[in-house]
Amino acid sequence: MQITVSVNGESHVRDVEPRLLLTHFLRDELRLTGTHWGCDTSNCGACVVRLDGVPVKSCTVLAVMADGAEVTTVEGLAHGRTDADLDPVQEGFMVCHGLQCGFCTPGMMLTSRALLDRDPAPSAATIREAISGQICRCTGYENIVRSVQWAAAKEAATRDAADADTDSSEALA
Amino acid sequence: MTAIGEKGVQDPSVQIHAAEETPRGYGSMKRKEDARFVRGRGQYVDDVVLPGMLHGAVLRSPLAHARITSIDTSAAEAHPKVHAVITGATLEGLGLAWMPTLSQDTQAVLATDKVRFQGQEVAFVVADDRYAARDALALIDVEYEPLEPVIDAKRALEAGTPVIRTDKEGKTDNHIFDWESGDRSATDAVFAEAEAAEDQLVVVQDMIYPRVHPAPLETCGAIADMDPVTGKLTLWTTTQAPHAHRTLYALVAGLPEHKIRIISPDIGGGFGNKVGIYPGYVCAVVASIVTGVPVKWMEDRSENLMSTSFARDYHMRGEVAVTRDGRIRGVRVHVLADHGAFNATAQPTAFPAGFFGVFTGSYDLEAAHCAVTGVYTNKASGGVAYACSFRITEAVYLIERMVDVVAHDLGMDPAELRMRNLLRPEQFPYQSKTGWEYDSGDYPHTLQVALDKAGYQELRAEQADRRRRFADAQRSGAGPAGTAGEPVKLMGIGLSFFTEAVGAGPRRSMDILGLGMADGAELRVHPTGKAVLRVSCQSQGQGHETTFAQIVAQELGLSPDDIDVVHGDTDQTPFGLGTYGSRSTPVSGAATAMVARKVRERAKIVAAAMMEVSADDLEWDDGRWQVAGDPDASRSMADIAMAAHSNLELPEGVEGHLDATCVYNPPNLTYPCGAYICVVDVDPGTGAVDVRRFVAVDDCGMRINPMIVEGQVHGGLADGVGMALMQCIAFDLDGNCLGGSMMDYLLPTSLECPSWELGETVTPSPHHPIGAKGVGESATVGSPPAVVNAVIDALAPYDVRHADMPLTPAAVWCAAQGHPLRPDLGIT
Ligand code: FES
Ligand code: FES
Repeated sequence: MQITVSVNGESHVRDVEPRLLLTHFLRDELRLTGTHWGCDTSNCGACVVRLDGVPVKSCTVLAVMADGAEVTTVEGLAHGRTDADLDPVQEGFMVCHGLQCGFCTPGMMLTSRALLDRDPAPSAATIREAISGQICRCTGYENIVRSVQWAAAKEAATRDAADADTDSSEALA
Repeated sequence: MTAIGEKGVQDPSVQIHAAEETPRGYGSMKRKEDARFVRGRGQYVDDVVLPGMLHGAVLRSPLAHARITSIDTSAAEAHPKVHAVITGATLEGLGLAWMPTLSQDTQAVLATDKVRFQGQEVAFVVADDRYAARDALALIDVEYEPLEPVIDAKRALEAGTPVIRTDKEGKTDNHIFDWESGDRSATDAVFAEAEAAEDQLVVVQDMIYPRVHPAPLETCGAIADMDPVTGKLTLWTTTQAPHAHRTLYALVAGLPEHKIRIISPDIGGGFGNKVGIYPGYVCAVVASIVTGVPVKWMEDRSENLMSTSFARDYHMRGEVAVTRDGRIRGVRVHVLADHGAFNATAQPTAFPAGFFGVFTGSYDLEAAHCAVTGVYTNKASGGVAYACSFRITEAVYLIERMVDVVAHDLGMDPAELRMRNLLRPEQFPYQSKTGWEYDSGDYPHTLQVALDKAGYQELRAEQADRRRRFADAQRSGAGPAGTAGEPVKLMGIGLSFFTEAVGAGPRRSMDILGLGMADGAELRVHPTGKAVLRVSCQSQGQGHETTFAQIVAQELGLSPDDIDVVHGDTDQTPFGLGTYGSRSTPVSGAATAMVARKVRERAKIVAAAMMEVSADDLEWDDGRWQVAGDPDASRSMADIAMAAHSNLELPEGVEGHLDATCVYNPPNLTYPCGAYICVVDVDPGTGAVDVRRFVAVDDCGMRINPMIVEGQVHGGLADGVGMALMQCIAFDLDGNCLGGSMMDYLLPTSLECPSWELGETVTPSPHHPIGAKGVGESATVGSPPAVVNAVIDALAPYDVRHADMPLTPAAVWCAAQGHPLRPDLGIT
């Protein structure tokens, strides 16, 4: 079957077997190996990507279901190559030691990004709830929670600074 | 501020380190490896694609014990995308149907005569892609003649039980080994006295440490690439011990060792699961030889859980001789060790039960003895995996559970009982009654720090209040539901105090298959003062690229950012036994410090030549060689490195350049310790356990990167909660694995884990170059008894003395009703 999928803003046309999983489409066809695979039963979340903005387990989505959709993978989180281009969630994971082996990390970060997009100041309990469908075998979760909170705080500070800018420019006008 | 420890609530009093500015040495800094991981640019085995690569898949046995009567592969071979089908018969022709295990037993690569556990490897298909390879598995026709399986370890030695290892000539039973440690007669004498004396007693308890699986998030796999022209095999594989694997492949496959290169790229967690060599790896190698192109094999999750190294499966009887005022005199232990169908446990040769001999724990005893019997059963082989430091997990669980049983029988507070019996600081170095020399520690202090941090007295007061309310509710007939309609939850407080023995090990007593447990390090300092360190250990997430750079930085006055760490490629790194049993920092970390010191001494001679002074006049100060008493006359490592490569006339004793190599032979193990306190709430109506708080005070000696150390502890605590409450690879009596997927083998999520509260004490190891003791496995070892002790403590109103892990709601509820379960057999 021919499908057209936009991944991280780039459109791809491919002929695929109907049974091909989105995980394998991303990994094997597009060579975007940041999306991982960790279980047979949709339990681990190593494969989480965003499908039209919604975090999904890509091992439980057929590639053909993504036809016409916009997929975001970990490779699409940063805006560029430098450290300054990293998403605050990526920075938070680095500062707060939210990863060890890094295998769960892409999925955890995408879920966290989606959470912050809808709830910019989540409580620790909300963060735990959001990532509760995913397994991390290394971190014991605490530092993932802190990483997301770090990102939320950074984004709040950025927003405050932007508001202050607008305020001051309004005052000038 | 919200209440301390409420789940998911961050409390500022919780000690936690985040990354700071990059230090010139020790301190919390961002991990160097994270830059690639957060961008999705890590490179795990399955991310590697080689030109022309084919894909392999393993056909596995559906039965636990059966004779293979025929295998028909013709339909699979006829599949248009299939290149080869390999069976035991193919391997027999190559002399590879069986391979040696790490315990000097043999293990079937592909079954020839019989299958001996559910999930055992029977055939290997090589096809164009992973889907086609799995399609073809369904086309292989195997006929089995079922045999009676041996599942309950307690029945393995009974007369009339079928013999599993009929492949071993003359084998008439399922016995593997008997091993003992300690002084039997001295111990028996203490117990005889205790039994006779009015003021003493003997406390006995049976317990099972059930089979669990490490389940790293990345499963195991390999890509074998045999170059038909050069005869060189490159094997990309998920291994924690690349050099040991290279030697083993040379022995297994008869390949010359210089023609084998093992590359272990980024590893998605190991926890011991990636120490052994699995049949799938060997099949990939054979497949690459047969097809002449690279072959990738990645197992799926069920294959990982059902066939690769499990952990524990120890059936233990603990006995403690104790005076009625709480002085522990002796400990006696009997263990039945279920090793599965092949004895493939990975421990030093002379230690068939690993380091279980440290079961005397952290206490000053008069005598101790244990006897361990290993048996074959129709279950997956492996063993001694899962962050256990060679069976220390089992030993610590045994002694820490026994101490609580003693406290229960004596009616004594478990903290007080521990305080009374802990080793005192002046007893170090301490010779244990089973022959271990504990290097250092201040146990009472560490325990006190934990008690203070937890607010132990307040917790006990709160518990007393809860118990009163629970009793009131019971009396008033409201039952567990409580009077106010809200269930009165039972509160439990559990302690453990563990001593680990890690950093294996001294070569005179410890080897794996004849390989001494030393590790090498090689350090190159480039002319501009940037350095490359090459080490034999292999990170699976521990952050070696950062920590080891920090060790070099600390020794040489460089920035860790200017030091690259190379690991995981046998062609590029010196020999060493790898990463498991918390041995990286104790062994490779020591090698790193020693090699950096060699460089520093060499640099001293060069610096003296540069400044035209005697080397004896120089002192090392703040990262520079300086003329004593003259701070203006000094040279940095970068200055010296350039000079060492220049045309400077070099004095005697240096050949030019600063590079050095080193092999570190540990003189002793290191002995980290810790005091853990767990607080749980148990719903008496459902048996559900909620871990409310977990206080962990670890003493791992010197901390190189405190942020990373805390991360290691966090992960281990989650593991401990998981093993205590959820994880279990159980089997039904037909030998069906009941934990073969993540649906059935429950791993802790963010909701089962509390916000960990950490503390520390620091007692450096006196024999380690930087005083570090290793921490990777401490929390996995120390936490399960704390959780179990807490749950049993919560059940005091039901007078429960013991219940076996995992303490699922059903297990807790049944224990409270007086009907304990056998969770390992899936019997409810
Ligand atoms: S691989 Fe998708 S949930 Fe595990
Ligand atoms: S960092 Fe290893 S699984 Fe999460």
